[in-house]
Amino acid sequence: MSNQIFMATSINTAGKSAGNSIRRDLSFYDATIGKKAVMAATGVILFGFVLVHLVGNLQIFLPPDAKGIFKIDEYGKFLHSMPAVLWGARSVLIAAVMLHIWSSISLARMQRRARPTAYVKKNNAHSTYASRTMMLSGPIVACFIMYHLLHFTGGQVHPNYIETAVHHNVIRGLQEWPAAIFYIVAIMLLGTHLYHGLWSMLQSLGVSHPSYTPMLKASAKVFAFLIVVGNISIPISILLGIVK
Amino acid sequence: MRLDSKTPSGPVEKRWDNCKFENKLVNPANKRKYSVIVVGSGLAGGSAAATLAELGYNVKCFCFQDTPRRAHSIAAQGGINAAKNYQNDGDSIYRLFYDTVKGGDFRARESNVYRLAQISVNIVDQCVAQGVPFAREYGGTLANRSFGGAQVSRTFYARGQTGQQLLLGAYSALSRQIGEGRVEMHPRTEMLDLIVIDGKARGIVSRNLISGQIEIHLADAVVLGTGGYGNVFYLSTNAKGSNATAIWRAHKRGALFANPCYTQIHPTCIPVSGDYQSKLTLMSESLRNDGRIWVPLNKGDKRVPDQIPESERDYYLERRYPSFGNLVPRDVASRNAKNCCDEGRGVGETGLGVYLDFAESIQRLGQHVVRERYGNLFEMYERITGEDPYKVPMRIYPAIHYTMGGLWVDYQLQSTIPGLFVIGEANFSDHGANRLGASALMQGLADGYFILPYTLGNYLASNKLEKVSTDHPDCKQALEQASVSTKKLLAINGKRTVDSFHRELGKIIWDHCGMARTGEGLREALQQVPALRQEFWSNVKVAGGPEEFNQSLEKAGRVADFLELGELMCRDALERNESCGGHFREEYQTPDGEALRNDEEYSYVAAWEWKGPNQAQELVKEPLNFEYVHPSQRSYK
Amino acid sequence: MKLTLHIWRQRSTSEKGRMVSYEMADANEHMSFLEMLDVLNEQLIGRGDDPVAFDHDCREGICGSCGFMINGIAHGPRSGTTICQLHMRHFKNGDELWLEPWRATAFPIVKDLAVNRSAFDRIIQAGGYITTPTGNAIDGNAIAIPKEDSERAMDAAACIGCGACVAACPNASASLFTGAKISHLGLLPQGQPERNGRALRMVQIAQEETFGNCTNIGECEAVCPKNISLEVIARMNRDFLRGSFLWRSGSGGDGG
Repeated sequence: MSNQIFMATSINTAGKSAGNSIRRDLSFYDATIGKKAVMAATGVILFGFVLVHLVGNLQIFLPPDAKGIFKIDEYGKFLHSMPAVLWGARSVLIAAVMLHIWSSISLARMQRRARPTAYVKKNNAHSTYASRTMMLSGPIVACFIMYHLLHFTGGQVHPNYIETAVHHNVIRGLQEWPAAIFYIVAIMLLGTHLYHGLWSMLQSLGVSHPSYTPMLKASAKVFAFLIVVGNISIPISILLGIVK
Repeated sequence: MRLDSKTPSGPVEKRWDNCKFENKLVNPANKRKYSVIVVGSGLAGGSAAATLAELGYNVKCFCFQDTPRRAHSIAAQGGINAAKNYQNDGDSIYRLFYDTVKGGDFRARESNVYRLAQISVNIVDQCVAQGVPFAREYGGTLANRSFGGAQVSRTFYARGQTGQQLLLGAYSALSRQIGEGRVEMHPRTEMLDLIVIDGKARGIVSRNLISGQIEIHLADAVVLGTGGYGNVFYLSTNAKGSNATAIWRAHKRGALFANPCYTQIHPTCIPVSGDYQSKLTLMSESLRNDGRIWVPLNKGDKRVPDQIPESERDYYLERRYPSFGNLVPRDVASRNAKNCCDEGRGVGETGLGVYLDFAESIQRLGQHVVRERYGNLFEMYERITGEDPYKVPMRIYPAIHYTMGGLWVDYQLQSTIPGLFVIGEANFSDHGANRLGASALMQGLADGYFILPYTLGNYLASNKLEKVSTDHPDCKQALEQASVSTKKLLAINGKRTVDSFHRELGKIIWDHCGMARTGEGLREALQQVPALRQEFWSNVKVAGGPEEFNQSLEKAGRVADFLELGELMCRDALERNESCGGHFREEYQTPDGEALRNDEEYSYVAAWEWKGPNQAQELVKEPLNFEYVHPSQRSYK
Repeated sequence: MKLTLHIWRQRSTSEKGRMVSYEMADANEHMSFLEMLDVLNEQLIGRGDDPVAFDHDCREGICGSCGFMINGIAHGPRSGTTICQLHMRHFKNGDELWLEPWRATAFPIVKDLAVNRSAFDRIIQAGGYITTPTGNAIDGNAIAIPKEDSERAMDAAACIGCGACVAACPNASASLFTGAKISHLGLLPQGQPERNGRALRMVQIAQEETFGNCTNIGECEAVCPKNISLEVIARMNRDFLRGSFLWRSGSGGDGG
């Protein structure tokens, strides 16, 4: 009802003025908020992948069955048995990564344009280290992913890569301590990226409420922590010889 | 000169309607052929500029701040009155009219006040429609409170930021018009002079505060909404930039200045802490609802407050005014505080302060209730003084915060210069000798939204205005004069800074033309101010050059005007041999120490006419008639 | 109290600026920060030097004129406080302080510590209003507004437009400012008819004015003297996304 009353007044002036009447030259993706929404949506996809990927990888801790076949090798075979699904998922992931990176680069350009002169002295009043270093943790994690693919998916940088022998590949690959250290460092950076990103994407999509936001922020931290712990447990266990 | 107030005839409740009907209208298609200059972008100027532009006029609006949203209306805390009677407590337009005339100590024009009360109702509606987030009840209706001792709850408020929210409403309406290209906004621009051609106001001389460029702007009419002149006192609750330059220079071009001695003191401000003090901060008067005001019984008692036993405290307001107690009107509360300090019973390092004590309320109501009611004010006090008012009594002292005087205007808000309209605090019109709490916002918006747009149209429709150009000799003369006086200020290169002159002027005016005045003191001030002015023009040191962002130069021009206006205030106060409202002459008081009016001889508006530099202004009287509210003596015993 | 002040001095927008150091011997703990600068300026004028320019007006924390960086924090070390209400008792003898203007492409420096914030005005001009010409209003009580909505609108409307949010943001984003106005009007029934278009236009103009994007880190919220919450940014994002999806080209309406 109230809408109608106020509508009437705006129609009244519509005839008088054309100056500010709705102009929209900015497409959705041209707007920073549009780009942030794309980053958030692709972030959700990538986080989903990280979670599923971790659950899959934790099978490394399972012992071999009676025939001496490792669970994780079976899991690998299972994934490869559905090439359409596998490549479908891979395409979605590649597209998400590309969009995520491309949006972040174009936003960063706008940021530089927004403040070309730095402060002589700048302090931070509140923000977390994780939130301020998204543009550092992001690219390093991206490099790691490339390496990770060449390491375990393609095998090009692996010392002794055997197609489909997942268990062997992982153990052998991470027994090399420089590779394991890089793995650990990259996971920690992924953790900081998620620490801020998991909550930030909700904010970018407009989800915020004083009753739920603290809870969402806390669960973002818990998820980031679990992702780090889960992933790091693998190289550490291998380095310590717990998993052979 | 004879003053014609152009008050319409008929019963008071019909006068504004009659006036609107009799006023000539500008044909809608012709409105865009007229241009109007509005100086000032506060509640009055901002609302006027927006409304005139909505009607179709071409508007140019000027403000000295970096954006119109910062005008000093923003600092008003308490609220805005409207005779809505939403609380069903017996309020009415007539009651608001009656309260305002009486509160103004019978020195305001009845017709103007009635119109103000009538319009108050529309203002609140307009502001709600603009999205002003007024306080609401749980049921969703508008909340009200009683304010400044009023016996009905008619004050609408938005927390302690009512002025800010109303200003943002006017600013948003103005912004819409700027966005639509109907208002040309000139921020960081100061008016230096009024251009009068063939006896009519036709434009202004302005200075761009960033580039220093002095320019002419011409129009068919000029509106001043530039606020009050409280900063004559140097220390006031006004913003640092608030100044009288626009109205003073218009005065020097022929506009009469009315009732300059009517200034209002607010009793609950944070006291001065040292010589470096640059301004005073007001705290809402609502504090007096629960705080008890006292000073030590004996003079020179320097003990900390909790060491002073009850028997050695003087709750002087409760003692002298048993029925109103701490809630006596502003002027009474202020004068009593001054008297206690004059007796040597003031508190704090400077001895200029009295205690406002919440200990008893905290005990009676609990700290949480006190926090709920006054939490933000306590925080503000703590932020400024570093003392915690939950533990130590607040110290308060009165300060200047509003000026009822201003340029004389008739019922149409037109000054004695045709085509020059004055609105808001800059005019003298509606408050008489004393303004009621929560009425300043009401007046500014009434003038800007609902009165000026009608009366300005009448002026434009009834006058044939020739086209003028900037080549006109009067334009050239005004431009030349502005640039010469700027250069003159910079060339003096003396020894004293502008601020040091301003501080000294403020002290003279505060001591002799402040809360309590005497003939002797005023005569002394009338010696001191001209001498100080003379020294200013030979010994001031202004930094920087004319064609740059030069805050020192801006101040110098404003202080030069205050040095002239201060003198006029003292003359007006000396001339008025009575006490009324904010003007208290010690010689004229009842045996109880209350203001003693002299209606026989002083029931008039004192309007002063400029007669040239270093010549005394001439007094012109506009008699006041009271047909509805008959003068009576105030009593708060 | 003695202080060393390093102040950014820049004569005009086009000239280059630099930090200049001053010894301040006469500070006193009861002064406000701006009063301390007044004392410095009186001394500079006395010596024939150019006083430091800074914006200020009401000096009671409501007009939004004042603001600069003190040691890299907008409005200085005390939260919820504008510089004009920051008192010297929060500093100690011997402190060294760096004073710099807000830095953003959208806020060109006028002189020294004063910047031009008219980009904020242009964002408001793009839609920070309710179209309701004078005289059209219905009775103030004709629409009941839940107390909670009104209070939340007031929380957002408390913004004083000082620009600290932009100054503190590593991306010089105006999201807190823009979000506050969008939330203030969007939370009220009067603001509904123009809600979608308002968000689209204001966001667009903020971007055209070269303000950066929001990365949700919360520096703005931390320095805001009026404690405006990040929630207003989420609300702006929501209204923008909603407006984008409901948009009909050439409709001339608000798509809602």
